[in-house]
Amino acid sequence: MTVHELSEPTTESVPQPDSPAVPPRPRKGRSKAAMLLVLPTMILLGIVVLYPVVSAMVMSLFKDPTIDPATGKFVDQGFAGLSNYTHWLFQRCTDTTGSSVSCPGGTLGSLFWQSMWVTVFFTVVTVTIEVALGLWFATIMNRAFRGRALLRTSILVAWAIPTAVTAKLWYFVFAYDGIANKLLGTDILWTGDTWPARFAVVIADAWKTTPFVALLILAGLQMVPAEVYEAARMDGAGAWQRFRSITLPLIKPAILVAVLFRVLDVLRIYDLPAILTGGGGGDGTATTTLSILVIDQMRQGFNSASALSTITFLFIFAVAYVLVKVMGVNVIDTQEQQRKA
Amino acid sequence: MSTAVVTPGTPRPTVARRRRGPSLASIRTYLGLAVIVVWGLAPVYWMVATAFRHSDYTFDTTPWPTHVTLDNFANVFSTGAGNHFARALVNSTIIGAVTTAIGLIVGVGTAYALARLQFRGKHAVLGIILAASMFPGVAVLTPLFQLFTSMGWFGTYQALIIPNISFVLPLTIYTLTAFFKELPWELEEAARIDGASRRQAFRMVLLPLAAPGLFTTAILAFIASWNEYLISSQLSNDITQPATVAIAQFAGSKPHEEPFTSVMAAGTVVTIPLVIIVLLLQRRIVSGLTAGGVK
Repeated sequence: MTVHELSEPTTESVPQPDSPAVPPRPRKGRSKAAMLLVLPTMILLGIVVLYPVVSAMVMSLFKDPTIDPATGKFVDQGFAGLSNYTHWLFQRCTDTTGSSVSCPGGTLGSLFWQSMWVTVFFTVVTVTIEVALGLWFATIMNRAFRGRALLRTSILVAWAIPTAVTAKLWYFVFAYDGIANKLLGTDILWTGDTWPARFAVVIADAWKTTPFVALLILAGLQMVPAEVYEAARMDGAGAWQRFRSITLPLIKPAILVAVLFRVLDVLRIYDLPAILTGGGGGDGTATTTLSILVIDQMRQGFNSASALSTITFLFIFAVAYVLVKVMGVNVIDTQEQQRKA
Repeated sequence: MSTAVVTPGTPRPTVARRRRGPSLASIRTYLGLAVIVVWGLAPVYWMVATAFRHSDYTFDTTPWPTHVTLDNFANVFSTGAGNHFARALVNSTIIGAVTTAIGLIVGVGTAYALARLQFRGKHAVLGIILAASMFPGVAVLTPLFQLFTSMGWFGTYQALIIPNISFVLPLTIYTLTAFFKELPWELEEAARIDGASRRQAFRMVLLPLAAPGLFTTAILAFIASWNEYLISSQLSNDITQPATVAIAQFAGSKPHEEPFTSVMAAGTVVTIPLVIIVLLLQRRIVSGLTAGGVK
């Protein structure tokens, strides 16, 4: 950037009505207009996202206040360094004498790695099921048939109803006397036992979001030109071969975008396990995800809850980074292509 | 932009329908379609059917309710046992409408800039908006909870609306940007050559064309806000509680008994407006969803 360029905005800031015939060239004037348009969003996101996240990080460096038995008031305990983080990551708790011990079972501090494991389990299992089923749904929906409107409606209802309602609906389906047990002829404690409770959450989530995945993949499928299939068929490629060597590579970007969105969504899952199983099932913590653990901790202390929410956020961010950088998920471009098709 | 050269004028080769009668392939297609429809609607149907069952027949397995009653709906709207469901529906509407309005008003300019203008830092802005939409609710909740409590905002509408902006605003910007890219921008150029300012060209020429996209975005934003639970469950009180929280906490009139039929009725009430929206706008919602992607 030269000095000359820097001084340009003052002379060009007056909009010239007949200049934009040459589209993106006059950068300076446009840049200023763009900044004005983008600024409100940046300010608002700064208030509703950046401020909370930064203050959570600051809060996480302080000890939780404790009640002074003499006065009955909360007393700040001062700077904590990274002890809130070691509390979670290494499950270190402070005992009554003030020394650091391994968190006893039953305390929230002992639950971190289990919650992490439960969260990752939900993510891997539900996203796998949703993508496999979504792919199948999408290939069916891509064929020509009558009654598209009914199909779109039936697929969108599951997506549109609130997760809280979904959770209650499946709570009823999975009730001991509920329809799931009656249909299967079983007497499983779906929301009560450890593994059934976990799979109840997985099934409810798969029911709700497979339609969304199917729609994303369908948009990708519709970009594949029919002539390519015709040509492949002429060359004698079978259905499976056509799917493997034409469809799959072409819809890979759409699938990856769906995977990215779903992974980030399930990693922060809260509503379904919280309402469907109360975060419990079995030992009372079988479906406790990271988000549920943060909320439970919030009632005991904001600062250590902030440390946990920061860990959760950094973990999700790291996963997003890996998906975008390593797997090359290109959200913006893929979706633009899908729209153009 | 296919590589095949099609000489203009030559008639396109019509791909004849191969088979007339129901072939094996089409049977399989219709079987698959049936699976999808059942998948999507069967659980919802069960909810609606249960909503009409008398509570003594909660666990009946007849495909349709045999002891039909509207008591469950009456229960939902009665204010006994600390339930304020009607109020919760109003709350959800207020919170959703205000959040959507803010998301659209602030988002429309940004989306215009992202779709239309070349500027330094465009990718950074896109990245920030995308990153904002990925934030887990709990990451913003803890500090906001403390802040709102210390400000005396706990349980107020603004305390419920402000956190919703964190995910609704990225959603509106992202969806609107995708819609705006499709607009015939030559019209804007033409208006500007005729002497209209950028603002005038946008308002008088493009906004009417963009109206369907704005409307779809508004619907998606409203649904997203209407469905929010995590933040509302922590920051609302009995007065400002939205419908999602009310459903999750619905107690019914009999203690120690899960009022399944009433809860299903409440679920039905919350679902009906969404089903109507979906029925009317399914095509638009699909295009908005696949454009915006971010849930």
